[in-house]
Amino acid sequence: MNKRRPYVRPMEGWWRKNPYFIEYMVHEGTALFVAAYALVLLIGVVRLAQGEAAWKAWLTALQSPLSVFAHLILLLAIGYHSYTWFKIMPRTLPPLSLGGKRVPGGAITATGLIAVALASLALLALAWRIST
Amino acid sequence: MNRPLKRSNAPIFWGLFGAGGMLAALLGPMLIFITGIAVPLGLLLPRSAMNYAAMLAFARHPLGKGFIFIVIALFLWHAAHRLFHSLHDIGIHGGTLAKLLTYGLAAAGTVIAAGALLATGF
Amino acid sequence: MTEQIIRMEVMRYRPEQDEAPWLQSFDVPYSDDMSVLQGLNYIKDELDESLSFRWSCRMAICGSCGMMVDGVPKLACKTFLRDYPGTVRVEALHHFPIERDLVVVLDDFMEKLERIQPYIIPRQEQALSEGEYLQTPTQLERYAQFSSCINCLLCYAACPQYGLDSSFLGPGAIALLHRYNMDSRDGASEQRMELVAAEEGVFHCTAVGYCSEVCPKHVDPANAVNLNKTRAAGDYFLRFAKPKGRCQ
Repeated sequence: MNKRRPYVRPMEGWWRKNPYFIEYMVHEGTALFVAAYALVLLIGVVRLAQGEAAWKAWLTALQSPLSVFAHLILLLAIGYHSYTWFKIMPRTLPPLSLGGKRVPGGAITATGLIAVALASLALLALAWRIST
Repeated sequence: MNRPLKRSNAPIFWGLFGAGGMLAALLGPMLIFITGIAVPLGLLLPRSAMNYAAMLAFARHPLGKGFIFIVIALFLWHAAHRLFHSLHDIGIHGGTLAKLLTYGLAAAGTVIAAGALLATGF
Repeated sequence: MTEQIIRMEVMRYRPEQDEAPWLQSFDVPYSDDMSVLQGLNYIKDELDESLSFRWSCRMAICGSCGMMVDGVPKLACKTFLRDYPGTVRVEALHHFPIERDLVVVLDDFMEKLERIQPYIIPRQEQALSEGEYLQTPTQLERYAQFSSCINCLLCYAACPQYGLDSSFLGPGAIALLHRYNMDSRDGASEQRMELVAAEEGVFHCTAVGYCSEVCPKHVDPANAVNLNKTRAAGDYFLRFAKPKGRCQ
């Protein structure tokens, strides 16, 4: 008789058992906030299409303290998404060399974060120019 | 693993996930700051920055229209793909309901955004 | 060197008598230069000869002694008892079925390893009289990192996606597949693409990245997997634009 009886361990709760996996679940979880913000914008576009009164009501809703607080949370969550997105980037890009030397991962992440800063400034400048 | 290999259709969804993730990483924080904090509070930008006439003009301009559509659609598809995988991660494996709640909602949102943007006129 | 005592909690599973794995504690005297593997050998020699575990080279090159040390995938020979003051928990590698004690079933990986065709398939067979297949240092550089893999499977124990669905080809096999694809002497990346782009292929990966963290040989399997996502996506969208068959 075959005495082999390989034991397969369950995966339940795997993400709670290692700090690395907890961080992974947190940065994956930022997707909920990205979806929430997309929904805010979607409602805005629908209200815009419905005419001036509807748009003004949406703007008023955005000015409520609750909305501003919610946007602060969104800002934190999506800011964390930006950071983690570029933190993983060295693992997703082909090896880059500069002057015959391999570009270290930290430099790739830093370049990404600088790109975030530049894109943010450009967007703010654009909004400022349109509105004044 | 000896079943015949079937080509995965993931590249479509993975591509949208990647494009949306990149866009959200680059522009997400500042967009939220502008529309949700700065303009509502009149901080750095005037409260009138998002008045009806200005926003209608923005949504009617081809570039503005494209920008709004791409931001909403790609953010939704990015989130949908990530959340679909997160459901799998916590033990809810790729059923029809999981697909409807993620990719289905993203598709619905995309259609609604397109409809609203068409309705704002040109 | 003074001798100290460490409590080693070792996973036991004897299929003929145990329903499920359990932890057995042993008090092991150790010195600063002792590895976890030496601790296990002490247990087997002095305390309980029935303990089963795999090992061979004692120098991080055979890849036999992968196990979970305090929940982290490690080579037992390259991990030192002095770094775990008081107690250390030693378990069988995660995500693999347990055969007995610390020994896991490797059949699934062996099958996957075979499927990636882990050998050079020359673009054009060269007659012996034509000499060696030459390669420049730059060409070597493109795959050298990935050729350091010793098949120890720590990356599989670090990969939740493999744990959740073992149909996934997995980090180690994909890193090796990439190693051959990147070799200038190899011409079979098209053949391997079928596996890369399949449902069992690279798209199971959600870029957790822990595989690359735990690799004892500093291979970056996460990079191999994610580069092949890009390649597979390119193949997916451009496959109709590419000519079929080979030029004669």
